[in-house]
Amino acid sequence: MSEEKKVIVELDENPEYIINMGPQHPSTHGVLRFEVSLQGETVKYLIPHCGYIHRGIEKMCESLTYPQIIHLTDRLDYLSAHMNNEAVSLCVEKALDIEVPERVKYIRSILSELNRIASHQLWWCAFGMDLGGLTCFFYGLRDREKILDIFEESCGSRLLHSFVVPGGLMHDVHPNFKQSIRDFIKYFRKLLPEYDTLLTGNVIFQNRTRDLGIMSKETAINYGITGPSGRASGFACDVRKVEPYSAYPYIDFKEILYTEGDTFHRYKARMDEMWESMVILEKLLDKMPDGNDYTAKMKPVIKLPEGEYFQRVETARGELGVYIVSDGNKTPYRLKLRTPNFSNLFVMNKLTAGYKIADLVAISGSLDLVIPDIDR
Amino acid sequence: MEQEQLKEKIVALLPEAEFMTNKQYLDVIVPANKLHAFVTSLKETNDLKFDYLFCLSGVDWPNYFTVVYHITSSEYGHSIVVKVKTDGRENPEVPSLFDIYATAEFHEREVYDLLGVKFTNHPDLRRIFLEDTWVGYPLRKDYKDEINIIER
Repeated sequence: MSEEKKVIVELDENPEYIINMGPQHPSTHGVLRFEVSLQGETVKYLIPHCGYIHRGIEKMCESLTYPQIIHLTDRLDYLSAHMNNEAVSLCVEKALDIEVPERVKYIRSILSELNRIASHQLWWCAFGMDLGGLTCFFYGLRDREKILDIFEESCGSRLLHSFVVPGGLMHDVHPNFKQSIRDFIKYFRKLLPEYDTLLTGNVIFQNRTRDLGIMSKETAINYGITGPSGRASGFACDVRKVEPYSAYPYIDFKEILYTEGDTFHRYKARMDEMWESMVILEKLLDKMPDGNDYTAKMKPVIKLPEGEYFQRVETARGELGVYIVSDGNKTPYRLKLRTPNFSNLFVMNKLTAGYKIADLVAISGSLDLVIPDIDR
Repeated sequence: MEQEQLKEKIVALLPEAEFMTNKQYLDVIVPANKLHAFVTSLKETNDLKFDYLFCLSGVDWPNYFTVVYHITSSEYGHSIVVKVKTDGRENPEVPSLFDIYATAEFHEREVYDLLGVKFTNHPDLRRIFLEDTWVGYPLRKDYKDEINIIER
């Protein structure tokens, strides 16, 4: 008997156990694979493998005209579809030296902020669900529905709007536009404190997120972590402040900054952004000029003059950069998309090493990764 | 900092730098062998402090490749565009900047994957999106895709 036992307990001194988290895993929110090396339950290192839904958008753009490219940018970060459209449109307008009507600028910024709230709501649903609170999912989706209704009313579609085009907007917004947003703000102001009661103040939630996956400001800058994740570490990277565009220069708003940089403060930064977005929305609605002009005069065929153009836009997840190299044709010579999630993803190894595998889910949830935005 | 002032500072750092006019940012063309030292000094000089690399892209030109670095300073807010031309299209090589900006490591892997520009000293130069057995570099202008024909 005793001899048999000896054979069973023969183990490597430093056993390395590698598991694949993904490509099909509920908490990666898409097709992403983490190659995780474990010692017991502790993560030793983590290698992200991406490209499962690489669609070659940059290559496709080289054979499409600028108005056509707009429809592809929706498919990058589908939760910030509006901001993605805006980025390409602004870049084309910058190249052509076109000034869009004031009203258009306001509408663009209003829709951006609405999209930001909708995106943070869905993130909140999913983050709560990752940590075991399924109720969050129903709360968040219930309120997100209201924003999607506004989008449906004014843009014609709920998720991938393609509403912003070079020169202005696809068509005018619904006459009820202002009122429905005011109604939404009134509604959501009452319900957002429920989110805090349900999740933020929860002891289990706090224990699982506080002092977890701490990212210093230097790391954030070095890895190019932007958006609420970067701002939770004290990196003032809000493009709306750094290089203001559309109607943001006309209003005064607060940039949400924390210095702690842990998972809980990345959560907190997004929650505060929802409050701040509602303030921005009210200010923009008050100042928005009346009228019905929704586009500047554009030529039927858009050809950019030879040269290089860059536009930075703040999406819900961070900084989106559009770099167009034009050779004077109606299609770009090269179009590079600097997507926020691509940079945000690769800090995972640094943040998770040394923590337990259950914390990995919390950390990746707090970075709010959207996979099509990484793979492009 | 204004573009003119920035230009003076950069001439002092690297006299052989070439400049290009651009309405938005200051474009600097740097020889490949001086790139690493130049960018290090951009990051470490006290009144420049270019510490945030926000975009790294590769462009395929008829006779060479360019690698374009968009860098900004998180403290002062001024931005610069650094460009490097490769020596021909046969065996393009550019020094890696992974030890200056951590994010460069992954953006360089992307440029390698799609354009085939090799980054010397890179710690882990593998394809990032495509599978390891993929033949060719899709973002090159002379790339022929037999199945999904994409033509300008």
